[in-house]
Amino acid sequence: MSNTRVKFYQTGTFTVGNRLLDDSDRTVQSRPERTNSLNSGHRACQGCGEALGARYAIDAAMRAANNQLVAVNATGCLEVFSTPYPETSWQIPWLHSLFGNAPAVASGVAAALRAKGKKDTKVIAQGGDGGTVDIGFGCLSGMFERNDDVLYICYDNEAYMNTGVQRSGSTPAAAHTATTQAVGSQPGNPFGTGKSIPLIAMAHGIPYVATASVADLHDLEAKVTKAMGVTGARYVHVHVPCPLGWGCDPSYTLKVARLAVESGLFPLFEAEYGEVVARTPIRRLIKVDEYLKLQRRFQHLFGEPGQPAVIAAIQAQAERNIKRFGLVEKGEAK
Amino acid sequence: MSHPRPFAITLDPGSSLHNHTGTWRTQRPVYLNRLPPCNNACPAGENIQQWLYHAEEGHYEQAFHALIRDNPFPAIHGRVCYHPCEDACNRGQLDQPVSIHAVERFLGDEAIKQGWLPPAPAPASGKRVLIVGAGPSGLSAAYHLAMLGHKVVIYEAGPLPGGMMRFGIPKYRLPRDILDAEIGRLATLGVTIELNRPVADVAHDMAAGGFDACFLAIGAQLSKRTEIPCRDAGKMLDAVSFLRAVESGQEPVRLGRRVAIYGGGNTAMDAARTARRLGAEETLIIYRRDREHMAALEFEADEALQEGVVIRWLRTIKQMDDSSLTVEEMELDKDGWPQPTGRLEKLEADTLILALGQKPDSGFLAKVPGLQFDKEGVLKVDANLMTGYPGLFAGGDMVPGQRSVTIAVGHGKKAARHLDAYLRQTRYCPPPKPELASFGHLNTWYYSDAERSRQPVLDLLRRTSSFSEIHAGLSADTALFEARRCLSCGNCFECDNCYGVCPDNAVIKKGPGNRYEFNYDFCKGCGLCAQECPCGAIAMENEKI
Amino acid sequence: MLKQIEGSQAMAAAIAMCRPEVISCYPITPQTHIVEALSAMTKRGELGSCQFINVESEFAALSVLIGASATGARSYTATSSQGLLFMAEAVYNAAGLGLPIVMTIGNRALGAPINIWNDHSDSMSMRDAGWIQLHAESNQEAVDLHLQAFRLAEELSCPVMVCVDGFILTHAYERVDLPTQEQVDAYLPPYDPVQVLDPAEPVSIGAMVGPEAFAEVRYLAHHKQLRALELLPRLAEEFAHGFGRSSGGLLSEYRTADAETIVIALGSVNGTIKDTVDELRDTGMAIGAVKLCSFRPFPLAAVRAALQKAKRVIVIEKDLAVGLGGIVASNVRMALRGLPVAVHTVIAGLGGRAITKVSLRRVFTEVHAQSESFAEPHFLDLNWQVVEKELARQAEQRRAGPTAENVLRQVNAIGTRVH
Repeated sequence: MSNTRVKFYQTGTFTVGNRLLDDSDRTVQSRPERTNSLNSGHRACQGCGEALGARYAIDAAMRAANNQLVAVNATGCLEVFSTPYPETSWQIPWLHSLFGNAPAVASGVAAALRAKGKKDTKVIAQGGDGGTVDIGFGCLSGMFERNDDVLYICYDNEAYMNTGVQRSGSTPAAAHTATTQAVGSQPGNPFGTGKSIPLIAMAHGIPYVATASVADLHDLEAKVTKAMGVTGARYVHVHVPCPLGWGCDPSYTLKVARLAVESGLFPLFEAEYGEVVARTPIRRLIKVDEYLKLQRRFQHLFGEPGQPAVIAAIQAQAERNIKRFGLVEKGEAK
Repeated sequence: MSHPRPFAITLDPGSSLHNHTGTWRTQRPVYLNRLPPCNNACPAGENIQQWLYHAEEGHYEQAFHALIRDNPFPAIHGRVCYHPCEDACNRGQLDQPVSIHAVERFLGDEAIKQGWLPPAPAPASGKRVLIVGAGPSGLSAAYHLAMLGHKVVIYEAGPLPGGMMRFGIPKYRLPRDILDAEIGRLATLGVTIELNRPVADVAHDMAAGGFDACFLAIGAQLSKRTEIPCRDAGKMLDAVSFLRAVESGQEPVRLGRRVAIYGGGNTAMDAARTARRLGAEETLIIYRRDREHMAALEFEADEALQEGVVIRWLRTIKQMDDSSLTVEEMELDKDGWPQPTGRLEKLEADTLILALGQKPDSGFLAKVPGLQFDKEGVLKVDANLMTGYPGLFAGGDMVPGQRSVTIAVGHGKKAARHLDAYLRQTRYCPPPKPELASFGHLNTWYYSDAERSRQPVLDLLRRTSSFSEIHAGLSADTALFEARRCLSCGNCFECDNCYGVCPDNAVIKKGPGNRYEFNYDFCKGCGLCAQECPCGAIAMENEKI
Repeated sequence: MLKQIEGSQAMAAAIAMCRPEVISCYPITPQTHIVEALSAMTKRGELGSCQFINVESEFAALSVLIGASATGARSYTATSSQGLLFMAEAVYNAAGLGLPIVMTIGNRALGAPINIWNDHSDSMSMRDAGWIQLHAESNQEAVDLHLQAFRLAEELSCPVMVCVDGFILTHAYERVDLPTQEQVDAYLPPYDPVQVLDPAEPVSIGAMVGPEAFAEVRYLAHHKQLRALELLPRLAEEFAHGFGRSSGGLLSEYRTADAETIVIALGSVNGTIKDTVDELRDTGMAIGAVKLCSFRPFPLAAVRAALQKAKRVIVIEKDLAVGLGGIVASNVRMALRGLPVAVHTVIAGLGGRAITKVSLRRVFTEVHAQSESFAEPHFLDLNWQVVEKELARQAEQRRAGPTAENVLRQVNAIGTRVH
């Protein structure tokens, strides 16, 4: 705190806006002139984390690109609930082709813009975890390898939600989905080796990779804005809860996302050219139980007898993340 | 070059606005104001959250005006109020309560420095009101009645206005220039104070002065006594007289070298610490119960102990001699009342100050018909603070209930409202109180971490050797910081969270100062706004289906 | 300008003159020479600001073009066989979105068994996807059809496949008359898209369409191809004016005026057919040939008009509808519905087997003589011995082993033994 100006703002960088903050410190979402790239009238479920995450990301990108933006969308929840004939809720130029080709289509859009000399128009490709981690993986890797000038945003709700909550390569261990049901001697999704696209993106050495959560708006906007200022292949992975698929109250969407970050299960970090360069430290560290017990997809882990060994294994995953990315600042372990 | 769009495959923006997803709802969000616990706890009925809101923005004059709508004495209260608001403050469950009194004091001090005055009162009503006693209750009533447009005259028996604020609370807690400045503001409202003017016959004085109603606020200025055999009567005095004598600068009572104070309330603490400053070598408080049961506030006892006052718990005085007291050790029974043990001891003391409680000097009211008193002379009043005699109201220490400056000031305001209604032949019905904004309604994640500010404290040596003010006020920067620690419980402070977290963009931002509106055409009733509202200003109601 | 040039190189030169803006490339035999040539041209700066993208699969190749075309860029790629199947989802998608992409198919057989030689099974597998399918008879026509394809695609907002027989055309060195840039520019104006991704005028392309409107959308796509039936001949005529030769159109007829027997086929085999027709005409047979250029839309009226006066029609096709028989033949029968014309299906050239004049002559003669023993469909030059032996072996042993290997062993192509 300086002597002349009080820098403390009651809610500071946590709320969407703050009447006490300078204009330059406010989020895009707090502004009445925000683009509302994904506008009202869409058919997302109540409390949909992806709808929120998409508006957050695209509004920030629009501001950064001076409204010169084209978006390519993979098949999935976001695409289906936003463009059912005759209604579209997108206010920006938007193209939906197929499930697995969003990165390639976006590469094509970028190539066309380059051919036409339209340097100021920027390209975003977006898709869910299914379209990114699984079926779109090949095209994504190609886009990374060519360093095409596209920002790819993945909205990760950890399953194929649009088709009825089936398991994807991003579904966490032990989670119940329609194809990894909580029945039998090993209920829920098996413990696989995991598939971290942010780390895979880093292995491609692309200029910018970041993870973000719908629960931390300032962080998400800063990362999207930063990505928009970089040329080449960029990747932002946004964690977005699905109240229906995860089995939590629609009003808890942000709470659950916050707990995922605070437990260490979803680490927030940035990387450039394959090296981690920044992380967002955990503010109030919690055990994974607090996060898991709010979601019906994990309810089989609790109760009598429950699955304490599984919870312990999940806790170990969280702690590995904390260690690997340095998420808890020294002297703050609670 | 614009071609017709390919049918169905390609859609124009804005087409989703035809789909009114509001029809999906089973519950809807509504904005509301809940009652902040600080407001709820304040005996003076201050809208603390509101004046903190202005202070947060650095709009101190606006904050001051919001404050004095309810309480004309912020500089005083910031020093002497026991701040029940801070005990109730929700921030206390997060880290530490907001230092409300410190911000209040800052605003009061700032107002004095800047010469801010209350706004113009309501047009003159033509009514005259008599107030007996210029203590906190009487002065508060005078302020509110004057603001309501009535002509107010105060008859004060003493030489100076202030009551216990001047003659009870020591200077080291409430400097007299502050007291005079805040009382002085009342003159600008046309309030007249006649000093050295005791009242012997209320009815007569009311008729003689052409008063339409009267508010009694004579306080509780008589000390309670107890039988203690004593050789030299001059060595025993009561705390009220002692403190008054110190204040008025009369020939100070010859205090001995070892002063004992009998009692465990705040007055006992005040008397002890005053005695210390007057040069007593030893100051000793004797109290029949223990620390847990003492009436004095914790901090009073702590400060006294810091200043070298010694406290002897669980002792009653049997007898006083020239230079010693005989005390009996007590034991608390299972109900917490002291019982004699029979064990006696001698304590060295050559002066004894009795601080055993106070009662009103209300004998002169006996001739007023319809009044009822208890055995201590405390005057009974109804819920509107009116006595049994129509047009005669009372408040402060002279009526039943707890006693403090703030409570008295609160009585003054309440009585003024009902008195005003009496004069206009209407009724004053206080508006219904909204739901309390308890801690469970808040989403505390959003508040930045911030420790409570500390006021600078005078060092111990200077404290015990003078009557200089012990606690200094906060600087402007720190006061601003402290005001911003307020969580604004139950009241929207325009953080934009609801506007930002709605997945359906169904919150309309109306602009600075105008809050928000829900767009019920599109709101799906998910409840994210209510959950993420930091201060609990949104509730979910069931839709009628 | 006349040049002795490999077919692929000639096509690449023509495509380059069409001023493409985005070219995507994934290699697969036998189309690769085309994209290789275009890659070198782009790298040398001969294609202006054209972007050449090497992608990671055929699926990506067409997807890149979907994005590029939707952004208003003239887009091109080439593929064959397995590659076309791998991008199948995108093929349907491009047509459904109405994007005027032009793609060369170097026709090659589809596996299993894997086979790199020419037949039409690949483009046939995509015949109902909504792309216009044009087949070139010669490398000259291959060059000319690409020019017409861009023009057609952009006027209709419909993607076009130009099918050229793998190896037979792509790798053959022939004399080709390459057009000039001026001629091409006069014929092919800049691309003016019906819909485009543009921040100045945002639209959402690719909505989900339910039962209430899907059928209408599909009908409109069908109608678009029906319009091509009129547009194709007009564009061919315009081409003839501008370039001084006939190329393309719906079909062309060869000595059909008084023919009793008419042969109809797609692609390069028409050259061999015409030579055979000439030989047989010399013997006095009343035989003619129709070269079908547009397979989709299938020109029912034009085919009917060309064939209705014949007594019999022989369809030579390099594809097989497994479990049914001929694909082109079925379409031809539809065109001749109600007429007393006998249609004979001849399945020939599968997997690149050579179609010889001798074999054709034998078939034409047999059919013309109305031999009743002529099988339907007739598999030209099929080794019946091998087939019968294999069928007998399969009947004997339940676990008969892989069919393909056994056949190859029988023709002594490999030495291993299956137990």
